[in-house]
Amino acid sequence: MKLSGWGRYPKVECQPQFPQTGTDVVQLLERGPEGTFIARGLGRSYGDSALAEATLHSAYLDYFRSFDAESGMLRCASGVSLATILEVVVPKGWFLPVTPGTKFVTLGGAVASDVHGKNHHIDGCFSEFVESISVATCRGVVECSRSENTELFRATCGGMGLTGVILEVELRLKRISSSYIESTTIKTQNLSDTVAVLDEYRSATYSVAWIDCLSTGNALGRSLVMLGEHSEEGELHLGSGARLFVPCDMPGILLNGMTMQAFNSIYYHRVTRDHTHSLVHYEPYFYPLDGVRNWNRLYGSAGFLQYQFVIPRDAGMAGMTEILNRLAKSKQGSFLAVLKLFGKENRNHLSFPLGGYTLALDLKYSPEVLALLDELDRIVLDAGGRIYLAKDARMSKMVFQAGYPRWEAFSRLRHEWGAHRVFNSAQSQRLGL
Amino acid sequence: MKSILVIGVTSAIAKEVARNYARQGDSLYVLARAKDRLEQIVEDLRVRGAGAVSSGLLDVCDFDSHIATLDKAFAAMGHIDTVIVAHGTLPDQAACEASAEVALKEIQINATSTVSLLTHLANKLESQGGGTLAVITSVAGDRGRKSNYVYGSAKAMVSVFLEGLRHRLYRKGVNVLDIRPGFVDTPMTKNFAKGLLWAQPETVAAGIVSAVERRKNVVYLPFFWAWIMRAVRNLPDFLFLRTGL
Repeated sequence: MKLSGWGRYPKVECQPQFPQTGTDVVQLLERGPEGTFIARGLGRSYGDSALAEATLHSAYLDYFRSFDAESGMLRCASGVSLATILEVVVPKGWFLPVTPGTKFVTLGGAVASDVHGKNHHIDGCFSEFVESISVATCRGVVECSRSENTELFRATCGGMGLTGVILEVELRLKRISSSYIESTTIKTQNLSDTVAVLDEYRSATYSVAWIDCLSTGNALGRSLVMLGEHSEEGELHLGSGARLFVPCDMPGILLNGMTMQAFNSIYYHRVTRDHTHSLVHYEPYFYPLDGVRNWNRLYGSAGFLQYQFVIPRDAGMAGMTEILNRLAKSKQGSFLAVLKLFGKENRNHLSFPLGGYTLALDLKYSPEVLALLDELDRIVLDAGGRIYLAKDARMSKMVFQAGYPRWEAFSRLRHEWGAHRVFNSAQSQRLGL
Repeated sequence: MKSILVIGVTSAIAKEVARNYARQGDSLYVLARAKDRLEQIVEDLRVRGAGAVSSGLLDVCDFDSHIATLDKAFAAMGHIDTVIVAHGTLPDQAACEASAEVALKEIQINATSTVSLLTHLANKLESQGGGTLAVITSVAGDRGRKSNYVYGSAKAMVSVFLEGLRHRLYRKGVNVLDIRPGFVDTPMTKNFAKGLLWAQPETVAAGIVSAVERRKNVVYLPFFWAWIMRAVRNLPDFLFLRTGL
């Protein structure tokens, strides 16, 4: 069957496998799958990182193994989604220590992409809270952690499934006393203002800027900076499910330069005061788009590309200005552009974040967009940055190698474990791993 | 807090039904044949909030073991509010056509084993003086079709058996529920191309829990299968025999 990532570009013919236990996975590996082979969770990576001739779906590897409500240690099979984890742990006063912008990702996917959240500047990536993982490698099931099989652990966290199939994950949760977030929105006038505000409030637990990437001139980079703290007030309850859904592909033409500009402008001007405070449930705060099922269909059947890059702090302003200018000039608007200040880089081989500024853009697929992104790649590399693998569908091998200098160590480790012969995605082949 | 017995808990639908009850804090006794998957489910149900979880191994084709296994479950739980019977296979129709042995084996797994279990269960619930017997059959039992009549006839047998049991137990306070799912996206059907009519096990499981709650007699899941099957049942033979159904 034809599968794609969340961006629905590219689409690849895949032969899916649905193991029901870790033993099934091991047997599958012993038989030696033919052709390229990669694990796949809920298909939320945007590009081609979970596409291969054979895909191993973790849909039925969805078991909780243990949960200690006193210490907050949780162990689950890799196919359990973050949404399901929240359902079980929130009523008991625990929360995900790091969460991406959707709860519809599996635990295995979160580790493989070493996802980050709005608290990266303080807490780092998802893997910081992973105590241990069990991985089905070509040499059998291996438990790895910071103290045991350390190299495999560092390569598997952020390793895009290229070291083996993640079977189970042990995660340290975060204590909460309410499911509400005290949110503050600060309106900024331009890029330097935005960056200054992000800097000034860097002690806030959660911080992110929604940036109007179609504004130009003096208003270039105007944003709504959104800060958040876990509230002490309120109950521990779950949010409601999705209320809206997109039933079919929308004509791609609906999202054009004009509607994007209008949307961005309204979104920005909707907030009238410089500082706004509110108490919101974690659901709309962390997962606004989860309220609209299949929102990826809004971009039409051709799909879209998400482009997320990071550039180091010292190159920040200049690089970001250049990219925003280039983007505004192209009129290839992005519905949602998100700017965030990252904390320090971790020691994993292929984890994305490094100390600096990251910007994420959604761009409707077209040949012109591919050309635009090639241009942006050059600016990002010149600034010493890199592109996020979980979102990538098109970067070149050269751009990857320049952005991720530890790729060689990663590749060596893959050879040591025999993983290069078995675990290969459409993305890893493109990137020459 | 209720006590629930689930037979064939490793089936995708039954597993989701058990998770629904676990979330409500109910106690569960779960039976299945595959030991490793059964153990996985027990731990999973505990973490998801089940009051107490016990388990036992059961090979439904070993008829002689039925009564002892059920005795043990009833002894452990004391009183059982709801029994979910969910074990089964989806036979390879072509293989059944080629071999009477294969066809009879499938009838054994999907029909006669259920008849044996239901006979014991009905007596137990009757003497207990209440409870719900909920059995997963299939829309396939509504009319024999060339694409899967071995499976369909096994399910039809169970459905008629349930109809009679319902009649017998009507005045004893025991509710007998016949659950007829349509196409469900499970490991059993993973080789099928999926269209609009396919439902997720979670959806079907929620429908089962609600039908048990409302003490229904027969339920099609999702609901639109009641209409589809009404049409299929009423299609005159001269048309039906020409279809590829």
